Amino acid sequence: MPRPLRFTAARPVRRHMPVHDTARRDRQIALAGRLIAGGTLLLLAGCQAALLDPRGPVGRAERQILINSMAIMLAIVVPTIVATLAFAWWFRASNKRARYLPTWAFSGRIELVVWSIPIMVILLLGGVTWLSSYQLDPARPIASDHKAIDIQVVALDWKWLFIYPEHGVAAVNELVVPAGVPLHFTLTSASVFNTFFVPQLGSMIYTMHGMATELHLHADEPGTYRGMSAHFSGDGFSDMHFPVRALPAAEFEAWVTATRAAKRPLDSAGYAALAKQSIEPRPILFSAVENDLFDRIVQRALPPGPGPVLEHGGAKEK
Amino acid sequence: MWGKLSWAAIPLDEPLPLVSAAIVGLVLLGTFAWVVAKGHLPYLWKEWLTSVDHKKIGIMYIILALVMLLRGFSDALLMRAQQAVALNAPGFLPPDHYNQIFSAHGTLMIFFVAMPFVIGLMNFVVPLQLGGRDVAFPTLNSVGFWLTATGALLVNVSLVVGEFARTGWLPYPPLSELAYSPGVGVDYYLWSLQISGVGTLLSGINLVTTVLKVRAPGMTYLRMPMFCWTTLASNLLIVAAFPILTATLAMLLLDRYLGFHFFTNDGGGNAMMFMNLIWAWGHPEVYILILPAFGIFSEVASTFSSKPLFGYRSMVVATMAICIISFMVWLHHFFTMGAGPNVNAIFGIATMVIAVPTGVKIFNWLFTMYGGRIRFSPPMLWTIGFMVTFVIGGMTGVLLAVPPADFVLHNSLFLVAHFHNVIIGGVLFGAFAGYEYWFPKAFGFKLHEGFGKAAFWFWMIGFYVAFMPLYVLGLMGMTRRMQHYNVPEWQPWLHLAAFGAVLIAIGIALQVAQLVWSIRRRAELRDLTGDPWNGRSLEWSMPSPPPMFNFAVLPDVEGEEAYWAIKQRAIERQALRPEPEYTDIHMPRNSPVGFICAFFATIMGFALIWHIWWLVLVALVCAYATFVVFAWRDQHEEPVPAATIAEIDRANRSARRDALANLQPVT
Repeated sequence: MPRPLRFTAARPVRRHMPVHDTARRDRQIALAGRLIAGGTLLLLAGCQAALLDPRGPVGRAERQILINSMAIMLAIVVPTIVATLAFAWWFRASNKRARYLPTWAFSGRIELVVWSIPIMVILLLGGVTWLSSYQLDPARPIASDHKAIDIQVVALDWKWLFIYPEHGVAAVNELVVPAGVPLHFTLTSASVFNTFFVPQLGSMIYTMHGMATELHLHADEPGTYRGMSAHFSGDGFSDMHFPVRALPAAEFEAWVTATRAAKRPLDSAGYAALAKQSIEPRPILFSAVENDLFDRIVQRALPPGPGPVLEHGGAKEK
Repeated sequence: MWGKLSWAAIPLDEPLPLVSAAIVGLVLLGTFAWVVAKGHLPYLWKEWLTSVDHKKIGIMYIILALVMLLRGFSDALLMRAQQAVALNAPGFLPPDHYNQIFSAHGTLMIFFVAMPFVIGLMNFVVPLQLGGRDVAFPTLNSVGFWLTATGALLVNVSLVVGEFARTGWLPYPPLSELAYSPGVGVDYYLWSLQISGVGTLLSGINLVTTVLKVRAPGMTYLRMPMFCWTTLASNLLIVAAFPILTATLAMLLLDRYLGFHFFTNDGGGNAMMFMNLIWAWGHPEVYILILPAFGIFSEVASTFSSKPLFGYRSMVVATMAICIISFMVWLHHFFTMGAGPNVNAIFGIATMVIAVPTGVKIFNWLFTMYGGRIRFSPPMLWTIGFMVTFVIGGMTGVLLAVPPADFVLHNSLFLVAHFHNVIIGGVLFGAFAGYEYWFPKAFGFKLHEGFGKAAFWFWMIGFYVAFMPLYVLGLMGMTRRMQHYNVPEWQPWLHLAAFGAVLIAIGIALQVAQLVWSIRRRAELRDLTGDPWNGRSLEWSMPSPPPMFNFAVLPDVEGEEAYWAIKQRAIERQALRPEPEYTDIHMPRNSPVGFICAFFATIMGFALIWHIWWLVLVALVCAYATFVVFAWRDQHEEPVPAATIAEIDRANRSARRDALANLQPVT
């Protein structure tokens, strides 16, 4: 059996090192310092990232989970990386001071430890996973004094339709919501899969034809956030983003009133035209929405989005 | 007559694919002309194209992987360049072209780089390590390889004739259904993978049987080198998972060709089913790739630390645990689809459980190095680079397995960074380590170390510069597969990532230079002893390159590290074991059946893609007839006379005797 596992520090080695090796070591330390500084910068820049700057309870809770999980894992990952580099360096063939153990290949105690450490980490993380999966289930309503407002979302090729069933209005490629009020989304797709995602508010969810998914979000304060599709859906995918404008309650009511006044209703025929493949650089507002339009889309009572008009050489039928 | 095929199928309006295809075509034609002019054609045909020798098939797999790596990497450069410039701008690749490029990049890198690379290494090494003369089914092996090559060829034909899929590397319906992808792109994808998938399945059956049945006397399961264990696990996964892929793609083909409704929007189809099925194959697939790499790292870490692998039995348990659990986690690829919290949590935790055996492996490699005398040759550098890089990728993977974390990271560049982190940092580094490690065994000379080390550092640093920014971009809310974007804060990070890709390109250039330089100076790099790294398993007991029959006399294995024990005894006694009695060895005959079958399979695939039904029938009949003719063969083995064997083995013994004096007993 070998001696207990202790990694002797570099100091005694240094004393024996010739001068030029010391200089090299200093250069290495300087390089390591620069790398650490670079990494810190990277982290700082990351702090301005959308996911680390949430504006609602869902996003905040998810950021907390990101940070907690990372911290739990870094506690084991960083020592592992350091040990890898340290073992590799110390046991280099040219280091005559390192002890060579040519037949050492088993230690029950070490095996016990190397199985236990990951198991304990996973037990801890598994607990986080179990609890948070329930707490942050997208279908779980958000506790609030305010009544949630319903918003129906239809992913079209390649734009978003937002229907406000309680207000009887709709908008394309612009999501206007009241701040401080729970938002209850019901989502579907007219054709292919997409994912509805507003990074600063939290959870994303798939939109799928013939199915409705549910999502609860909450914007704490007024502001404009970036919304987008997070699932590739074809040639116009990159343009499937929309501003999310969270307004104070009064302004939201004013927006609804103004939209109603626009005299541009959305009916089945209008929807069919909208469902054709196109990119809409500007929002479109609808003053009224045909009854049960969303339900009829989900129930496939309306035809699915028609897909592409044949164009390419390879795509042509004879 | 020609189905959907017409001159319009050649994209004359897009110069990029045409020019690159023309260059590749010229290189291929030039090589072929050179081969013919020099009179090498009979050699090429007899010794390689029709060879059923597992070593040559393994080498051909790896050549295929390296060539496709160049193609797949040029796609990567195009994507990085496009995203670097496409802030509020269309860039230089229109969406239909850009979408083909990222789809082709993923498809090529997984199916035609990573897969043939690891399968090639397993093919070459496993019979040598087990003490066998070939794999269990040598001709089947050849068929498997050539069908894989067919798939790769079809993907590349799509560059100039028609188009490739624009749906991503896994063609999710309804986008991949006829209604939304009416072109031939998805058909190219489907038929390429159907044909090469058959090849992979054959190879999997072959290698499982080989590990189970073709071992030298005394080579019990718990004496097998670690690489053989991971090969067994990986190929068990192939046998279990690839039929799912074939069935899933067959259903999509039925939807597209015969109007079925498995995954369509109408007629009661359900696209969610496709996602479940494709990932029921897709998740085991990543373990099919990484397990052989784990085996390579085990071999390399032990050899270059001059120590046995630490915790061998623990490693076996960990390998088989990964093999089984990897089938129970597929749902983590779509936590955001709206399944309930119980389903998400269970699959999340199951995913994390895989981190336990994987973590154990990392620690065991760590303790393999502890107390060693580590030589930093390129294979060991790749291994240490892997250990450092892979734990980061593993960490982000476990993070993504927490459902609420996935709710904000799914499909983001964070995810893209994660899987490149484990596939490059794990599979590819492993394949490169194996390539450098076994190259002298395959060709009889080492690769130049200086070039190898330089290539490693460019790859390593290039990897971090290219992919760490993608983690940041994921946290900034950037999703994958964007042809352009309108967020200025993203662009500096994309510039950095593009620079990283350039560093990797330099790494690849250095690897090419290493190969060319080493071939030209092979006399200086010659491996005379057959044991250039002071190895421990049986492949190092034979000359480099090994004779076609591998072992002059099958070894008698008496413990773990079969060759190490033999070598230590020889050093102790300063003498080899007495010369054995040589007898004739019967080796399988070469057969063109794989090559011919694949030739017709290529035609059949092409005809199916373009709806040229008569040609499908002709090619199918011809491919079948090839098998029938093969089945009618009278003679399937050829004897190698004992005198030839004796001559080869005596040369090997004399080289080893000379080397003996220089070897020190290990204390």
